[in-house]
Amino acid sequence: MKRGSLSVVSTLAWRNLWRNHRRTLIMLLAIAIGVWAMIFMAALMRGMTDEMMRNGLNNLPGEVQIHQANYRDDPSVANSMAPPAGELARELARPPVAAWAARVRVPAVVASERDSRGVTLLGVDPASERAIGSLPGDIQEGRFLEDEHDRGLVIGRKLASRLETALGKRVVLMSQDPQNDIADRGVRVVGIYRARLEGTEDQFVYAGRAAVQEMLGIGDRVSEVAVTAHDYRAVDRWYPQLAAAVGQGLEVAPWTELDSFLASYLSVQDGFSLVFMVVVFLVLSFGLVNTLAMAVFERVREIGLMQALGMPPSLILGQLLLESLYLLGLGLALGNLLALASIRPLESGIDISAVAQGMEMMGMGTTLYPALALTDMAMSTAVVIVLGLLASLLPAWRAARLEPVTALNTTM
Amino acid sequence: MSVTWRLAWRNLWRHSRRTWLTVGAMVFCNVLLIFLISLQLGSYQMMIDNSLATYSGHIQIQQRGYLEDQQMRQTVPAVARLAAGVRSVLGVETVSARGLAFALASSEQRSFGVLLNGVQPEFEPAVSTLPGLVRQGRYLAPGDRGQIVIGAVLARNLKVGLGEELTFLGSGRDGSFSAGVATVVGILESGMDEIDRSVAQVPLSWFQETFSMGDHGHSVVIRVPDLDRVPEAVQTLQGMLPAGESLEVLDWNALQPGLRQAITSDLASAWFTYVVLIVLVAFSVLNTQLMSVLERTREFGVMLSLGMRPGQLARLVGMETLLMAALGLGLGVLLGALLTQYLSAVGFAYPGMDELGAKFNMPGRMYPEVSLLSLFWGPAVVVLGALLAAIYPALRLFRLAPVEAMRAA
Repeated sequence: MKRGSLSVVSTLAWRNLWRNHRRTLIMLLAIAIGVWAMIFMAALMRGMTDEMMRNGLNNLPGEVQIHQANYRDDPSVANSMAPPAGELARELARPPVAAWAARVRVPAVVASERDSRGVTLLGVDPASERAIGSLPGDIQEGRFLEDEHDRGLVIGRKLASRLETALGKRVVLMSQDPQNDIADRGVRVVGIYRARLEGTEDQFVYAGRAAVQEMLGIGDRVSEVAVTAHDYRAVDRWYPQLAAAVGQGLEVAPWTELDSFLASYLSVQDGFSLVFMVVVFLVLSFGLVNTLAMAVFERVREIGLMQALGMPPSLILGQLLLESLYLLGLGLALGNLLALASIRPLESGIDISAVAQGMEMMGMGTTLYPALALTDMAMSTAVVIVLGLLASLLPAWRAARLEPVTALNTTM
Repeated sequence: MSVTWRLAWRNLWRHSRRTWLTVGAMVFCNVLLIFLISLQLGSYQMMIDNSLATYSGHIQIQQRGYLEDQQMRQTVPAVARLAAGVRSVLGVETVSARGLAFALASSEQRSFGVLLNGVQPEFEPAVSTLPGLVRQGRYLAPGDRGQIVIGAVLARNLKVGLGEELTFLGSGRDGSFSAGVATVVGILESGMDEIDRSVAQVPLSWFQETFSMGDHGHSVVIRVPDLDRVPEAVQTLQGMLPAGESLEVLDWNALQPGLRQAITSDLASAWFTYVVLIVLVAFSVLNTQLMSVLERTREFGVMLSLGMRPGQLARLVGMETLLMAALGLGLGVLLGALLTQYLSAVGFAYPGMDELGAKFNMPGRMYPEVSLLSLFWGPAVVVLGALLAAIYPALRLFRLAPVEAMRAA
């Protein structure tokens, strides 16, 4: 194909597109709406998935956890580990690891004068926990722990109401020590937090790490080390290094293994976005093929003339595909712009508290933050261009195969 | 068939490929809608049934405020007698009384805080699916005293097996210290960690004794044969509550508000999908009808000058659209019915759905619910959308001047 013929063909394609501007505009609008819907839906779902992942990973916490090998099966203080040292500590200090925290995590009982409840006691070092982003963000009353020696207790709002206790009151904390005896200690509630999910408020209580270690008599041993690199999708690339660095008797698990529900949800959602895009496109494609078939039909004589004048079939095919490509390109541009314009204002969050408890079943908070991702825009563009050209191939191919003499004699 | 209808029908087939493509778009959309809607309705039904069947039942009678605070002293007096009363008033056997108390459970090696559930062994299997999930040993039997059934994860964490003893320490209804020993007779495994970690069931009578409850309990759980009968049952029960007590009757909406909301939010996102699909099909129809009107400008000019009124022409276009839409509806419903009927027999699975389903108490396979509603709701809206789309092309006819139209190319 010569350079000159290419530019002629592209001019022809562009002009042909606007010969029936009404039809083109309607199709353009249909494509734009389809593309908008693809991206909008993808952004909503991505926002939902991100939020679920954030909540899920904050609860774990971290993208990778290191435990004593038996701990996950038997989360007792007896299955504790020494804090990271040597090669593991060096590995934890290297990128991509962004932060890590060593914590004591044991089942415990909190008893007030009125009632008692089973909880998960977290002995934490506030500074390192803050770095991995696992601390409750919203302290409703009082304060959070000051450091790992803090002898206070921070509990959730829901637990406080179930125990009928309040800020400044004393409660009894009971847990098992490594000798299987019950260790207990009276502690003062210094803070009450509010979490995105009520289940969290019920389950986790926070105390200073050193204070818990002293109560349980376990020296400086911890239950788990939570590690984050702030990118949950990339975890498979770096956690094997950690696994190689830990010593005997320890186990390194990525979040995909720690919470298989989250992992399968993520893959289902990613797949679902693509399915949605393809389905929307299929509905769209009927209109697209129709428009193009009509365009060919109207121009049968003209195409026959061009062929009679020596235009090769490949150029005719190219011209029609180009016409379709222009249409798709314009529709995509319009659709993407629409999506940008409609999602940007929503990024500060959509209030979904009306269905809060339903969303909580899925691990979501009360606000949905749509997330516009380049990959979603790219994916919808790819779907539309690739499938669009495929769908246009049939009418274009028919046009290219017309018999010049028969075509010239066709009457409308 | 009148002349106009025949005309409309013939006009459709002047461009048979175009008509078929438009009808194809409608059929595709209709089949998709039927599939999605019936799948949705089927899964909601299943989600509700399974969630309620696990533990909470359709209706519960509790002390006012217990649902929110779950405190030991918010009790239902004479709970077993009340349950018996409910059984005779409603005429169903599926009613059971329960108590719930927090206790520290200790085995030889481990201690855990658990919520100890006092149940009536003879009635509990009728209101909950948990008793059926006992994988080792047996469920509680009438006449049991110090026996307990626990979840598999809890058993593992406490390091106990069948026949071993667990000690319980807790506080009674009056705040007094209470303690008891129970032998593990059954271990229950549901495959859901949350359940397997939390279940600990003992006979109600033993529970009442251990926690100095007297004849009190915390709830009466009721299952009715059909979800539709819940409102009626709630009303009956409200009438029979003992006077002078602040008891309340809670239906499944109050017991598990998340359930209906999860459905509502799912419906909202499904609506978005449906509306987009229908709008796109409407555009397809709009384009087709506009084309067919524009290319017939001369013909319409002739008809106008022969004395036909624009309104009649517009009706002709409307009829053509209607015929096309009816064709799409007929074929769509036929194919959709075949597809969903087939799937409702063999079920439908999606990779990764097993784990997601488990979270919502759903099996890994979904069975679409085939009903008139699920078959016709979507396609009917598509017909409506197609007719709306034909308005613009039809309106153009009113602006047609006969002479100019006849001269048009």
